[in-house]
Amino acid sequence: MDNFGVVLALLGAVLAALMAGAGSAVGVGRAGEAAAGVVTEDPSKFGKVLILQLLPGTQGIYGLLIAFITLSQIGILGGNVEMSLAKGFLYLLACLPMAIVGYWSALKQSRAAVACIGLVSKRPDQLGKAIIFPAMVETYAILALLVSILAITGIGGLPV
Amino acid sequence: MAEKQYTYAVARIRSKELSLLNGMFLEQLLAARTYEECLQLLADKGWGDGSTQSAEQILTGEQEKTWALMEELVDDLSVFDVFLYQNDYHNLKAAIKLVFTNAEMPGAFFTHGTVEWETILKAIQEQDYSLLPEAMRAPAKEAFDLLLHTRDGQLCDVIIDKAALDAIHAAGKAADNAVIKEYAELTVAAANIKVAVRAQKTGKSLDFVRRALADCDTLDTAKLAQAAVEGQEAIYSYLSATPYADAVQELKESPSAFERWCDNLIIRRIRPQQYNPFTLAPLAAYVLARENEIKTVRVILSGKLNQLRMESIRERLREMYVN
Repeated sequence: MDNFGVVLALLGAVLAALMAGAGSAVGVGRAGEAAAGVVTEDPSKFGKVLILQLLPGTQGIYGLLIAFITLSQIGILGGNVEMSLAKGFLYLLACLPMAIVGYWSALKQSRAAVACIGLVSKRPDQLGKAIIFPAMVETYAILALLVSILAITGIGGLPV
Repeated sequence: MAEKQYTYAVARIRSKELSLLNGMFLEQLLAARTYEECLQLLADKGWGDGSTQSAEQILTGEQEKTWALMEELVDDLSVFDVFLYQNDYHNLKAAIKLVFTNAEMPGAFFTHGTVEWETILKAIQEQDYSLLPEAMRAPAKEAFDLLLHTRDGQLCDVIIDKAALDAIHAAGKAADNAVIKEYAELTVAAANIKVAVRAQKTGKSLDFVRRALADCDTLDTAKLAQAAVEGQEAIYSYLSATPYADAVQELKESPSAFERWCDNLIIRRIRPQQYNPFTLAPLAAYVLARENEIKTVRVILSGKLNQLRMESIRERLREMYVN
């Protein structure tokens, strides 16, 4: 139980990578199904629908980034892994915005991406507008990423 | 259980919707000088298989294409059974009458149904009703026995038509998607209104009308039956208090105007499915849209073949699913 703080901090890093990654995997898969449907009928639209398919994939990258920063801050990637229980708990909390918002925003963004793939299949000239709709969902994943980064980098200096 | 999303299928349907006929194309068809020119316009639009075909072959081919696409996209086509029940019960009617009159007429049957028409014919010929789906057995036996004993073809039709509507209503109730529910309800309600109007015009008894009307949620069949024996104005007055108030004007105009109004109503109700990226509903809407355009093209072609005036054909045209 001496190093339970590290366990909590590691749990935070794992959750950020795991949940955001799972959300992105489901999201990219779902958008891929729709993209395949459009390309079956019109292969010339491959490039356009590929962009939309990739949009829900960014949350997985953000989750990986948070996990990486956390692992390096807590010393698992080299250095001292000693940590108080309170600090470990704080790292866990700091990772949660990216884990939770990452998961849900990837799923919801994929629904917007699927709808916009339908839009592009009918109006290929509207690709720019079609990208904006799912990209709006990205805003919240970016906000969660910022909060998690600020919190994780700030915890190191706290006297707990 | 979560409703299946059909993401791939709906995306393919979105692309397919681009080749659906719109109002502008129908105007082009109408403006064509000859029947042959209409066929050429349809061929240019991708209808038919490129070889020389008759209009009926082209239209049947287009129906086949729709069902072949649905076979590709949907694992279990029974979800669309509700669209095929009318064909099944038409085939049952044809089989009973052909067996009764000891005649042969393969052209009397529809090819698309939930049961092969040959099976229905065999069931009636051999009096083996177990070959039929469960819901069809009792009405088939009742109608055939009644025809044998009374030789009343109209009553036989009433029993089978009612059974068809009951099957559609039950399928609508059991369905978990909005388009199928809507289609089932509107089909049964429209059929009930037609039955009531015809019964009133031919002076049928209250018992007969009650027997012919099928249950539905948007019409009170007891009140409609009562109105049908009271008179035309009673039917209009009852309908004015239902969601089908707009139908009164069409009924006053002509039976074909009412038919057109019913078809247009279904198309208007399913049109929002063009913007739904998930579930079976956009696929069901596509099937209905294709059936609607095939029906409309048939109207135009037969109008052109019989050299009807353009205005006369135009007033029979249905609204299209896409604009």
